[in-house]
Amino acid sequence: MPALLEVVDLKAAYGQTNVLHGISFVVDEGEVTTLLGANGAGKTTTLRAICGMVRTEGEIRYAGERIEGKATEDVVRRKIGHVPDGRGTFMELTVEENMKLGAYTRSDRGVREDFERMFDYFPRLKERYKQQAGTLSGGEQQMLAIARALLLRPKLLLLDEPSFGLAPLIVRDIFEILGRIRQEEQVSVLVVEQNANLALALATRAYLLETGRIVISGNAADIRNDETLRRSYLGY
Amino acid sequence: MQGVLHQILSGLATGGIYASLALALVMIYQATHHVNFAQGEMATLSTYIAYTMVTAGWSYWVSFIATVVVSFIMGVVVERVLMRPMTNAPVLALVGVFIGLLLIVNAMTGWIWDFTIKTFPSPFHSSTPLLGGFLSGHELGSTVVTLVMLLCIYLFFRHTSLGLAMRAAAYNPVSSRLVGVRVGWMLALGWGLAAAIGAIAGMMIAPIVFLDPNMMAGVLLYAFAGALLGGIENPLGAVIGGFAVGVIENLGGAYVVGTELKLTLALVIIVAVLMIKPSGLLGRTVMSRV
Ligand SMILES: Nc1ncnc2c1ncn2[C@@H]1O[C@H](COP(=O)(O)OP(=O)(O)OP(=O)(O)O)[C@@H](O)[C@H]1O
Ligand SMILES: [Mg+2]
Repeated sequence: MPALLEVVDLKAAYGQTNVLHGISFVVDEGEVTTLLGANGAGKTTTLRAICGMVRTEGEIRYAGERIEGKATEDVVRRKIGHVPDGRGTFMELTVEENMKLGAYTRSDRGVREDFERMFDYFPRLKERYKQQAGTLSGGEQQMLAIARALLLRPKLLLLDEPSFGLAPLIVRDIFEILGRIRQEEQVSVLVVEQNANLALALATRAYLLETGRIVISGNAADIRNDETLRRSYLGY
Repeated sequence: MQGVLHQILSGLATGGIYASLALALVMIYQATHHVNFAQGEMATLSTYIAYTMVTAGWSYWVSFIATVVVSFIMGVVVERVLMRPMTNAPVLALVGVFIGLLLIVNAMTGWIWDFTIKTFPSPFHSSTPLLGGFLSGHELGSTVVTLVMLLCIYLFFRHTSLGLAMRAAAYNPVSSRLVGVRVGWMLALGWGLAAAIGAIAGMMIAPIVFLDPNMMAGVLLYAFAGALLGGIENPLGAVIGGFAVGVIENLGGAYVVGTELKLTLALVIIVAVLMIKPSGLLGRTVMSRV
């Protein structure tokens, strides 16, 4: 399988503070890759770097093209869907409008059908369709964020801690649906998580990030089964 | 009683013009969190452009439409050229740009068309009073124009994908970029629309107040009062506020303070709203963004 995304020696900084110190990783076509790490490791920054939201150095190759230094809008228009840190809900707008924005750059006829598929994944969104998105629960907003990103028909989906701040039952639901999405959508996924157990179960390949450096990389199943690794690095 | 009714109706007619300009102010405020002090002067410039077209012999409505288009482009250019480089500038620098723009546009109109007061034509025959003498033809006609314009704007923002993207860009630029919205251009379009709305307001008020480079100064103050009254973050509120201010101005001018002191009413409203309920009567509570 060719790599859809290949990041080489990526550095990122906020002002004078360097946050990523030259990380390299790949996301293979059609697979789920996970980037694990504790608070402040630089996971969110990595996703922001891919989407041109922070200043970077190094190479970001996507679908045979260098995308570093491009404006966020232009990166997204190359079919990279981003479920951001904090979910990025348009609070003042309705669920319907949030979803329409997801498909904003599209003009093909499949949009209507894709809406139906999102309702199939997330029936809640159908119930709440006309409601103001700011009134949704955290779990519902996470579902909305995933639907919004999928409505772009992305080739690459970036997920920033989909489990963050949610009750265990909801987290289980969401990961179940992510499993379905992996099966049913033509999309490669890069998911950033603190919940290593869940993410490793979903992913094929995994990387562990510690204060801006990748310290472990490998097959997700292997890491999951290696007790010493798990205990010393993932803490469970 | 008849007098009161007359004052209310004609207050609604001028209120429509305040409402338009209030809407223009709110559109830019929502996107930038700044009040465009130059909105009135830009509208005056637009009205002079219309004046030039009409005096050159163009028909009124052709001049009207051409002016709206030219003003829209002017608004877009002002945003791209002047405001864009100021995106991350401190507040005071921005205020400086707004005031600079106001003074420059004002001086420019005076320089090109001189400062003498000119009459501006109305497309509506004002000689025959309508509705049993309560409204002049121009008052009725300009109210219709204003309402049609407000309806078009409402439909644009509610029911088109571009309108949705413009609202999204104002509310949440970061998320908007992440769905592929070109936020910078949405801002520029907002300026264009605001300038086009201002142009219509200018052309509708000019037959009443006559055309001179300072024509919009008072109007902008009333519009600002209307926007604050209804809620500077709420387009519908601002429109209603604009109409309300028109009525208050007329009633107050006729029965309370007299015409000379009418403008004071606008200041009273501004100060009162800022002190009592800064988010406006119909506004959400303003959440300051950090
Ligand atoms: N906007 C910012 N300005 C300055 N420093 C920042 C900014 N955002 C993040 N940082 C710093 O960069 C480092 C990495 O942050 P990042 O958000 O990428 O971590 P993370 O792995 O996503 O953590 P979390 O699990 O808490 O979301 C942290 O030390 C953080 O303090
Ligand atoms: Mg994070």
